[in-house]
Amino acid sequence: MAAMTREETEALIAEVLEVYPEKAKKDRAKHLAVNDQSLEKSNKCITSNRKSLPGVMTIRGCAYAGSKGVVWGPIKDMIHISHGPVGCGQYSRAGRRNYYVGTTGVNTFGTMNFTSDFQEKDIVFGGDKKLAKCIDEIEALFPLHKGISVQSECPIGLIGDDIEAVSKNKAKDIGKTVVPVRCEGFRGVSQSLGHHIANDAIRDWVLDKRDGDDSFPTTPYDVAVIGDYNIGGDAWASRTLLEEMGLRVVAQWSGDGTIAEIEKTPKVKLNLIHCYRSMNYIARHMEEKYNIPWIEYNFFGPTKIAESLRRIAAHFDDTIKEGAERVIERYKAEYDAVIAKYKPRLQGKKVMLYIGGLRPRHVIGAYEDLGMEVVGTGYEFAHNDDYDRTIKEMGNATLLYDDVTGYEFEEFVKKIKPDLVGSGIKEKYIFQKMGIPFRQMHSWDYSGPYHGYDGFAIFARDMDMTLNNPCWKQIQVPWKKAESESEAVKAVA
Amino acid sequence: MPSVMLRKREDGKLLFYIAKKDLEETIESLEFDTADKWGGEVLLGDGSKYYFEPLSPAPKIPTTLQAKRLAEE
Repeated sequence: MAAMTREETEALIAEVLEVYPEKAKKDRAKHLAVNDQSLEKSNKCITSNRKSLPGVMTIRGCAYAGSKGVVWGPIKDMIHISHGPVGCGQYSRAGRRNYYVGTTGVNTFGTMNFTSDFQEKDIVFGGDKKLAKCIDEIEALFPLHKGISVQSECPIGLIGDDIEAVSKNKAKDIGKTVVPVRCEGFRGVSQSLGHHIANDAIRDWVLDKRDGDDSFPTTPYDVAVIGDYNIGGDAWASRTLLEEMGLRVVAQWSGDGTIAEIEKTPKVKLNLIHCYRSMNYIARHMEEKYNIPWIEYNFFGPTKIAESLRRIAAHFDDTIKEGAERVIERYKAEYDAVIAKYKPRLQGKKVMLYIGGLRPRHVIGAYEDLGMEVVGTGYEFAHNDDYDRTIKEMGNATLLYDDVTGYEFEEFVKKIKPDLVGSGIKEKYIFQKMGIPFRQMHSWDYSGPYHGYDGFAIFARDMDMTLNNPCWKQIQVPWKKAESESEAVKAVA
Repeated sequence: MPSVMLRKREDGKLLFYIAKKDLEETIESLEFDTADKWGGEVLLGDGSKYYFEPLSPAPKIPTTLQAKRLAEE
């Protein structure tokens, strides 16, 4: 199918909305848009960060998911207590594949699940005593942990437990940081507020711990990588590039990160933001309080990497600028070979994306480097500032969908017929059964890293492996195939 | 009275950001913008107007200030 015109895309949206009752149609219409690159502001065409309505299938998470799962969870040397009933922690355990170095259960705790396991009596009589006991037990069993965060689940807010008081007392008792996080799942419309709450908790309870302590030796080239969760090793693939160009990465937020790194972040010279959505709050705070500028960067695909490396280098002196050029030059043969190998196999293929945080816009460049085209994109929980940044990345008259419902997404895919869909685990099997190649773009389908030049090679291989897999030719049952073939024969005859 | 984060963009323009409202806009005009008096009415890129209590001396940017929303005429 050729690229759609503006009118065709508008007609498609209208057609898909047709089945809804009047009120739902009006509401959903605001969340679907045709991209128009001439717009400066997304609020002219799309509404985002609104409550999903009951009755439609949404793919969003909750504030707890945003705080424990995304921001706090990857901090490896802290123990994150899922405070409340056991399910929230257990069912989300280790799902995001935030890789880390360390001995799990001794000095790192990333893939373990700690919970206060609320029972009926804790709901009735309050769970503060249980939390205190929980912290004592952790201290006895895992003495090498560097701190504790208390991630509230829904009941904590409902019964009004005072986790702040318990945390303060226990922090004094054990002499380590204990952070209460008020990320009850019912707060906000999606995981996005959980990110904000988690950022605020870091700001209030951790970030200022080393203010006025200058014992940490700094260099003029200190940077912090913020909003890279090291999924499948992403942060490592990014870090090597930054270090190669001469920068010193002081902290990783929060993939493979530690609490000590977070405390040292106010000493850096520049904050590098990868996932803008989940960590812009803390970057803004540091800019205001510590006067640390921040910039967004994008390490997907060689075009964007080169652009980002140069933009980062522009904040430093000539040695770093030369370093950036040297890094780009060094990997040139490598990524040219990747493009030469995979571009002919992937050229002209169309992709539809529906993901979270930063990827709906960040990965577009990587697909374009491989000659592919992104024809539709959308965010689960973006705000308007994310769409502002997306409009310029996407082609004209392509489809934008915010908090898309299960029904809408299926219909869009049926009509647009992309060659590849990139989304999460809940969408995967629907589209695979429809016979459409699919990549999980939240967890890289258990592959990765995709960041950096090394990641790009893996990204290209994975896309090729999925798209050109012979299984897609076997989707149709033989008797149906024979029928459609014989019809074709008749038509010719 | 939303609290507004102010920061300078790379091109030198002031950005006006209200986290609660997801509002990030450039400041198009500012009533008083001198070293010893700063504030007053501000006009944003999307046409809405806010009011800062005039400050003296001018605040160091980036900073967070309280602003009042002015009705649009």
